[in-house]
Amino acid sequence: MTAQAKTLTLAIMDPPYETARVITAFRLIEAALRKGINVNVFAYEGAVSLGFTDQQPHANPVKGTSVEEEAHPLPKDWIAALGELGNGRNGHGKLDWVNCGLCVDERGMLNQATGRRGGPPDFFQFIQGSTNVLTIGTR
Amino acid sequence: MAAILNVIERAYQGTLEEQDDQALWLVSALRNAGAEQRVLLRGPATAYAVAGQSVQPLRIGGVSTGQPPAIDEDLKRLVAQGVPVWAVQEDAEERGISPAEALPEVQWVSRAGVAGLFREAERVFAW
Repeated sequence: MTAQAKTLTLAIMDPPYETARVITAFRLIEAALRKGINVNVFAYEGAVSLGFTDQQPHANPVKGTSVEEEAHPLPKDWIAALGELGNGRNGHGKLDWVNCGLCVDERGMLNQATGRRGGPPDFFQFIQGSTNVLTIGTR
Repeated sequence: MAAILNVIERAYQGTLEEQDDQALWLVSALRNAGAEQRVLLRGPATAYAVAGQSVQPLRIGGVSTGQPPAIDEDLKRLVAQGVPVWAVQEDAEERGISPAEALPEVQWVSRAGVAGLFREAERVFAW
């Protein structure tokens, strides 16, 4: 009999570039997926900005780097990469990323790199089916 | 599923433009979805327990908000939904808030008693 895979749910709230909590969440998600743990993400409020497809890199006039040289990271690319990693193959867990729909609407973040539109009922389903839940609220 | 204890500390951030508290809103939405919920107000969020608090609609450049936040009414509605709400007494006292000016629906717990609320919950969410 195979052991049932563990599932971790994260609820996140922060938009990109403002706080270390976003990168911490990304690191946790990747680590869990690579260990074969399924991960659910409920992106709430500002966190729905993380996967917005219209993000663009820019040059850095302070450092004198071009767009290419600066290679400014975009959270939407990290989320897309996590989505590819979390495909359930090669021993990796599955990623289910849900953006809170009302939060998407009020921010105009309709174009998302990955994930699906959802709401609190999805978060409740995640909670019920998870080994553990981590909420990373904003400050 | 047993209860989820939602610990809310951050207060009055984004409440004018959201017209409610983001964490309390989610608690209510999860309650509507069937979750058994509890709320613990600590630190700055103990101010949410003050009865009769109000704010004028936010108006910027001639554009007004429609529904100014009424956090105390949101707490009353939560309790009516079956969501018990506690507030940490010492945190409120440090902020000059007395139980006499608070909602009667809010229950008071000492800092030493918070651990008991944690023990009684199946999950603890910090917002």
